[in-house]
Amino acid sequence: MPDSPLLTAAAVAVIALAIAVVVAVGLKVLRSFRDLGTDAERATYHTLHAASQAGQHLRRGLNPAGAAKASRHLRTLLGCDALAITDTSGVLAWDGAAEEMKPRLMDLAAGVLAGGRTAVLPPGPDGTGTGLAAVIAPVRADSRVVGVVAAFAPSAGAGLVRAAGEVADWVAVQVELAELDSSRTLLMEAEVRALRAQISPHFIYNSLNAIASFINTDPARARELVVEFADFTRYSFRRHGDFTTLAEELRCIDRYLLLERARFGERVQVSLRVAPEVLSTVIPFLSLQPLVENAVRHGLEAKEGPGHITITADDAGAYAQVTIEDDGVGMDPAQLTSMLAGHIDGDHVGLRNVDARLRQVYGDAHGLVIETAPGEGTLITMRVPKSQPGHDA
Amino acid sequence: MNAGVAAAALAVVSVATAVIGFYGLRISRTTGDFYVASRTVRPWWNASAIGGEYLSAASFLGVAGLILLSGTDALWFPVGYTAGYLMLLLFVAAPLRRSGAYTIPDFTEARLDSRAVRKVTSLVVVLVGWLYIVPQLHGAALTIRITTGLPSWVGSVAVVVVVCLTVVAGGMRSITFVQAFQYWLKLTALAVPILFILFVLAGTGYSPVAAPAVNPTGQPPASLYSNVSLLVALLFGTLGLPHVLVRFYTNPDGQSARRTTLIVLGLLSVFYLFPTAYGLVGRMFAPELGRSGQPDAMVLLLPRELVGGAAGDLLAALVVAGAFAAFLSTTSGLVVSLAGVVSQDVLGAGVGGFRLAAVVSAVVPLGFALMTDSLALAGSVGLVFAFTASTVCPVLLLGIWWRGLTDAGAIAGMVTGGLLCGGAMIAGSVAGAANTPAWLAQPAAWSVPTAFAVMVLVSRATAGRVPATLSRVMTRLHTPERPLATGR
Repeated sequence: MPDSPLLTAAAVAVIALAIAVVVAVGLKVLRSFRDLGTDAERATYHTLHAASQAGQHLRRGLNPAGAAKASRHLRTLLGCDALAITDTSGVLAWDGAAEEMKPRLMDLAAGVLAGGRTAVLPPGPDGTGTGLAAVIAPVRADSRVVGVVAAFAPSAGAGLVRAAGEVADWVAVQVELAELDSSRTLLMEAEVRALRAQISPHFIYNSLNAIASFINTDPARARELVVEFADFTRYSFRRHGDFTTLAEELRCIDRYLLLERARFGERVQVSLRVAPEVLSTVIPFLSLQPLVENAVRHGLEAKEGPGHITITADDAGAYAQVTIEDDGVGMDPAQLTSMLAGHIDGDHVGLRNVDARLRQVYGDAHGLVIETAPGEGTLITMRVPKSQPGHDA
Repeated sequence: MNAGVAAAALAVVSVATAVIGFYGLRISRTTGDFYVASRTVRPWWNASAIGGEYLSAASFLGVAGLILLSGTDALWFPVGYTAGYLMLLLFVAAPLRRSGAYTIPDFTEARLDSRAVRKVTSLVVVLVGWLYIVPQLHGAALTIRITTGLPSWVGSVAVVVVVCLTVVAGGMRSITFVQAFQYWLKLTALAVPILFILFVLAGTGYSPVAAPAVNPTGQPPASLYSNVSLLVALLFGTLGLPHVLVRFYTNPDGQSARRTTLIVLGLLSVFYLFPTAYGLVGRMFAPELGRSGQPDAMVLLLPRELVGGAAGDLLAALVVAGAFAAFLSTTSGLVVSLAGVVSQDVLGAGVGGFRLAAVVSAVVPLGFALMTDSLALAGSVGLVFAFTASTVCPVLLLGIWWRGLTDAGAIAGMVTGGLLCGGAMIAGSVAGAANTPAWLAQPAAWSVPTAFAVMVLVSRATAGRVPATLSRVMTRLHTPERPLATGR
């Protein structure tokens, strides 16, 4: 049943698309006629552009995929016939001509890897064994040689030797940056572990005391609390995985609050509003529980009379939005800011850790949003993308 | 028809949709019943929601109109719409639920590790969504014109305004419950009037005007090719509908995603009994409705035609309410899922971006709908299914079940399928309905296999581009997950 209106609509869409393509191509062509400065300026631009392109691929350190993409840009940068990047054990990437030499490159580079000095090999049987000369420069990160950059050209002049040395040094800087990144990740992991350990002493002491007070008066409840306590600790001490689902984290909060209410009685009131659509959203492990603990300890403990905590989780388009609100004593925003920035140490280690982890995993736009003032309570908002195919809960 | 009763029915449906959307989940609870288990969406609820979202203007109005016109040939539509879920159940539901991706572009990006594939998929998904919204708005325009006598554009604009308001105001927080409500409303709105009509007919001993086999318009029956091609489009097209796939993420795990699909199959089968009954009753007792040139309005007109009086008016109002629920639920589901894609890929993240994207996603098809005029709702929706089957479906099926798919293959296949199917649709509209040969009017039978073939061949040719993350992603798709924390 062909249906002309719908098809007209489709035709309009296709025509609009075609116009958009033509405009985009036109703009691109026009742009190429623009004045792009003197030759020197353009040379500088091309060099820096190639370097920054290559830099992106080396941000994860020396690995085959990154090196393969970076070597293409580095070869244009040096203007040589072939360029190879190796680590200490093998060739990671080869771009350009004379790939038949690839198996022998590690032998040629052995001296450079051991001695850390640039080697220049002439063409022919005495040198590289092919028609190309080679400059092999060491990549030295933290005073260790972690690999080489090898450039191949018909002749190895002083210009190529110097440039190859500079490129190798530049690669070394990128590798050091990558190591910095991974040590930052390690630091975060260590902080999470510390956080898990940190929850315990204070809370364990209080919980055990609260349970003890029920053993004679209400043994059934005491037993139930001990079971909850065991489940709570099992969750917080679990070893595998940096991520969990919102549902599991809420369950952990439920246990935590059950124990806190054994201690505070009716002083802690909690209401919860959760959209079922976001229950399976993946969130960083132990990212909500510290926020609730913060609300209980710093918001309500210091306050007289009953306190109220509201937890909501909403479906907000591509994001899940979780808020935790208490009507406790609140905080001084200035002090909170410097505490989150890490300038001063406070009791709010949990907040800072959660904030830092969220920023690290999802980017700076996803840090905690905290609205508070002394005496006015606290509202903490957290937004995480619902779609995280890379993260296993 | 009594315009006041119909208008009141429309207002009630719109307000009820908005109210459930806003307040469905506002019931706060204390920790006394903090059970997360009580908050997961049960398969029954979720299946109702999928039914509510899926049963669009085409199912509510179009199927009955087609049966009135072309008899048993039109039965392939409800068969295809329902059987598509069998394909979904067998091949897509559980793995997609496990993938952790929330939209089809998310899935293709994760599976093929490529931004370019994501961009192409987003474009296709937005196009599919827009094409799918247009017939809904046409249905609304038709309903308003027939029932209240107001100009056509009022209906389309009213649907877009209600959907925009609820989505932008954050009213779709509890979208699952809104959609589930809509399914049962639609079912009631179709079932009660037709049962009433049947009782009245049986009671008065009304004798049929024509035999059920007689075609009121004298059209020739559709060819075997047309039926096969239509069935291919509907079977494979269901796999790629963006608003349907999103619903599966509300299931806590892959297993309940499967159970949900099974219930959906049942719910749809029950639902489609009624449009079929309308079509048959229309053929036997009111064949003149088929010659009026507006077979889609048959469901709206039949109660008054055959029952008449105040009872007829009330039944007609009920049908109108159900029809409006169909437009609202399908459009809002599409707008929400399109807004997710548009805001992520074009406007950048953020609440403001999502709202703007929602308005854009609803207003663009409104423009198309106002510029064009509908003839056959079921046919238009069938073509959208053909387009989906030629583009999104091959990527999903091969992405889930074939390790060899590459980003280059996926893009080549989607572009080929989209161009072939889109080209056939445009060529058909240029030539006009009467001059279009069957192979051009129903392109799915050749465009879908071509898209699959191109995807496989190009992937084979670029086998070196298989993503490094392949094994991890495939493991995730196909191994059962730990259950969501629901037990205690």
